[in-house]
Amino acid sequence: MATTLVSLPLPALPEGWAAEKDFKPVGKLTKDSAAQRAIEPVGPHFLAHARRARHKRTFSEDDRIQAQERATKVEVDNDSEISEPEDLMMLQRDAKDWKNQDHYKVLGLSKYRHKATEDQIKRAHRKKVLKHHPDKKAAAGRTEDDNFFKCIQKATEVLLDPVKRRQFDSVDEEADVEPPTKKQLAKGNFYKLWGSVFKAEGRFSKNHPVPQFGDDKSTKEDVENFYNFWYNFDSWRTFEYLDEDVPDDNENRDQKRHVERKNASARKKKKAEDNARLRKLLDDCSASDERIKRFRQEANAAKNKKRLDKEAAEKKAIEDAAAKKEAEAQAAKDAEEKAKQEREANKKAKEAAKTAVKKNKRVLRGSVKDANYFASGDASPATIDAVLSDVELVQAKVDPEEIAALAAKLNGLKVADEIKGVWVDEVKRLVDAGKIKETEVKAFKA
Amino acid sequence: MSASKTGPAPSDRVAIGITFGNSNSSIAYTVDDKAEVIANEDGDRQIPTILSYVDGEEYYGQQAKAFLVRNPKNTVAYFRDFLGKDFKSIDPTHNHASVHPEEANGVVSFTLKDKAEEDAAPSVLSVEEVSTRYLRRLITSASEYLGKKVTSAVITIPTNFNDKQKAALLAAAAAADLEVLQLISEPVAAVLAYDARPEAELKDKIVVVAELGGTRSDVAVVASRGGLYTVLATAHDYEFAGFALDNVLMDHFAKEFLKKNPGKDPRENARSLAKLKMEAEQTKKALSLGTNASFSVESLADGIDFSSTINRLRYETIARNVLEGFNRLVESVIKKAGLDVLDVDEVILSGGTSHTPRIAANFTNIFNPSTTILAPATTTTAINPSELQARGAALQASLIQEYEADDIEQSTHAAVTTVPHVTNAIGVVSVSESGTEVFIPIIFPETAVPARRTVLVAAPKAGGDVLVKIVEGNTHIKVTKPEPKKAAAGKANGSNSKAAMVEDAGESGDEGDESDFSDDSEDEEKREKVWKIGATLAEAAIRGVKKGGKVEVTINVTADLTVTVTTREVGSKGGVRGTLSA
Repeated sequence: MATTLVSLPLPALPEGWAAEKDFKPVGKLTKDSAAQRAIEPVGPHFLAHARRARHKRTFSEDDRIQAQERATKVEVDNDSEISEPEDLMMLQRDAKDWKNQDHYKVLGLSKYRHKATEDQIKRAHRKKVLKHHPDKKAAAGRTEDDNFFKCIQKATEVLLDPVKRRQFDSVDEEADVEPPTKKQLAKGNFYKLWGSVFKAEGRFSKNHPVPQFGDDKSTKEDVENFYNFWYNFDSWRTFEYLDEDVPDDNENRDQKRHVERKNASARKKKKAEDNARLRKLLDDCSASDERIKRFRQEANAAKNKKRLDKEAAEKKAIEDAAAKKEAEAQAAKDAEEKAKQEREANKKAKEAAKTAVKKNKRVLRGSVKDANYFASGDASPATIDAVLSDVELVQAKVDPEEIAALAAKLNGLKVADEIKGVWVDEVKRLVDAGKIKETEVKAFKA
Repeated sequence: MSASKTGPAPSDRVAIGITFGNSNSSIAYTVDDKAEVIANEDGDRQIPTILSYVDGEEYYGQQAKAFLVRNPKNTVAYFRDFLGKDFKSIDPTHNHASVHPEEANGVVSFTLKDKAEEDAAPSVLSVEEVSTRYLRRLITSASEYLGKKVTSAVITIPTNFNDKQKAALLAAAAAADLEVLQLISEPVAAVLAYDARPEAELKDKIVVVAELGGTRSDVAVVASRGGLYTVLATAHDYEFAGFALDNVLMDHFAKEFLKKNPGKDPRENARSLAKLKMEAEQTKKALSLGTNASFSVESLADGIDFSSTINRLRYETIARNVLEGFNRLVESVIKKAGLDVLDVDEVILSGGTSHTPRIAANFTNIFNPSTTILAPATTTTAINPSELQARGAALQASLIQEYEADDIEQSTHAAVTTVPHVTNAIGVVSVSESGTEVFIPIIFPETAVPARRTVLVAAPKAGGDVLVKIVEGNTHIKVTKPEPKKAAAGKANGSNSKAAMVEDAGESGDEGDESDFSDDSEDEEKREKVWKIGATLAEAAIRGVKKGGKVEVTINVTADLTVTVTTREVGSKGGVRGTLSA
């Protein structure tokens, strides 16, 4: 915030004004003198406000911390390029052998490699030139020593040309990460080791972002996504950098074409090899990837669970059906047996009833016979006939129970009148019940 | 922000600013801290928010807009405002000439044929789905332009978007595979675009942002205090907007056509109406740049071609009602904020309709001459008003793209953004030439605390001991009644304005400020903003100030309203420091 300048002067101090430390507090701000409003979370000054609010810093603290941060940043920037020590062997390199030189190392960017920005390359180049310029060497008494300077120039030429840089990056083995050996894997660290391999390989991808290898906790989707991406990997890697030098035009034209053809086929072959290498890498990795195994097991388990559930359900259904059938058969058998028993019981009862009736009837007939057919002296055949027909009549009309009751009444009675009285009562009851007509009765009339 | 638990890492982000408007959208990115608006593959920087389907092929932007004439049944337009709204509460007026919105499954939807097969059933697309498809096209355009896949964006929204609408927009963006870093309100994006210019200086100011769009106008009063923006009041209007100006021109030319061809009203036929509207919009744009514009449509109605011209003065006369509506809108929102036009330091015109010179000219009449009106017609250095919001969004995107999504969410949380704003100014008392006490504001009203401001005040010429009196202050509008003889000139005034009109008609080519619409109140009474000294907060003494010396006064108000006053003579050590705890 710029400081504004007010030209109107401050008043002079009135006579006799005095206060402790020349400051006299009079009033203060209260809750009423402020309204809560929302500031828009937009703009650089809001970011500063948010930073202060979240870290609970005052203005002056924040100023100091920000200044410090800015200051250290500049230092880091300066440090980064000169921090790399120069290898003596590298300084002795022959500039003509530029194809085999590590351009990043020459410029002191070997920790950045393909990630180095154009700006970094330019700055690194400048630093190196300042140090290794032939004129400086000449001043130190070594004339004609421009060998490493040429290396630097070549490295910059390659790295600042996007096409050439890609060609160099394609064959930059220093940036490769070797796939882990079994021995390394045996110590664990599976995800870290393979992750760095694929991270390094990912630099060749035409498509971004390249999925992360992830770790033990990655979801199935992530892992599948990762392998799909890599099995369909679209690489910009080319192998022009390893071409044999093509002779100039003015030499043999056929020779030139031959070399060109050879180069083209060599590139193709190397590309195919590279693809095969990546594929093998993936196969190796996926073969030992615990996550895939786990997912497969989980999938199997899920599938098996379904199958087992189904089988169990079927089995249960069959068992249920069998049990039901058995129960039905049992019930039928029981019912049949019961019916048979009932039938037998009925038969027995009927037979018993029949015998009882027969017996009772005998009692009835016996009773009249005992009473000598209610006649004094020898009964005439007509009397006997009349009495017996009445007995027959009563027997025919009454139930076996009534016969039994009647038999019970008659049983034991010896006196003819009493017997007759019973009979007459019975006949009367039957006549009253309308079972017998009075006219049918011959002997037992009241 | 909620869009991405799985969003890209801050270092992999490619962030742009998107203005997703109801009529037009824009995309912008930043290079070297400068925002640039991206032209899409058709070369448009304002991309009409329209999608059209022809034989299963999707068109968007200007191409889709052309299909409003030939293929209105499969063209969706003006759908942004339907996002996250109930069918009951939407206003489908503007969709009359395109696919009509309808209710399906409880959401606003559009039915159209988006498949190539002749007999394919029409698809029912929810407004969210349509937005996703449109956003996807915007992202594709931006990605193609930048050569990198765009992953994230800051999107501008009107200030009256509610949580449901925001959620719907976020969902639509998430479906388009876009991480929304932040939703920022449109007026603030416009202020940010101006404040981010390298020549802009950080000042405490009250800004009125008038966004005059195609189908709606939104005006906001924003207090800009030390680069912190607080919206004090907003107004939204769905009557006075670009379409109203189009309608004026449409009616004008339709009547002219009717005069030549009686009985053939081009407004009665849907296709003629669409052609009329399209051309009227072009004519309106031409009139914003030049003083004359032609209007010509082939086969406007019944195969009759129509061609005519109109000059700007005529246009401004027939559109007077609409143009004055903008004035009332701006005045009403200033009133709503409890302010006076004199309190406004800056007026930013944003949105396509702001190109109209008359609107800016009208505003210069409402406001104080010291108020800056930022519009192409009044300021040559003004940023294209159609691009303001996209630029602001792009700037915000570049500011926050290196932060983690969590960080952004925490920083934009209400706990951080809601802070006390002082209602009265805090300042120091000076002496004017005439010997009276004058209030010099140091912290202006509506400043968000914590705040720290410093001023340099001159000491008396003779030097010596000075009194630094810290007081609260307030403004009021002092109205000076005119001299009686001036009031008598009221009649003359009327004739004056008539004369001005004649003059204006004479030089119709001029973009001059004099006008027949100007309110005459200026001549009648003089209005001024005056500071009034309020309660005294503290007094301090600086002893032995050198001749011609200056005194630095710094006031620091903390979040709990504790005031710390630090004052010293410039160039000296020590000084006086005191605290007033709340």
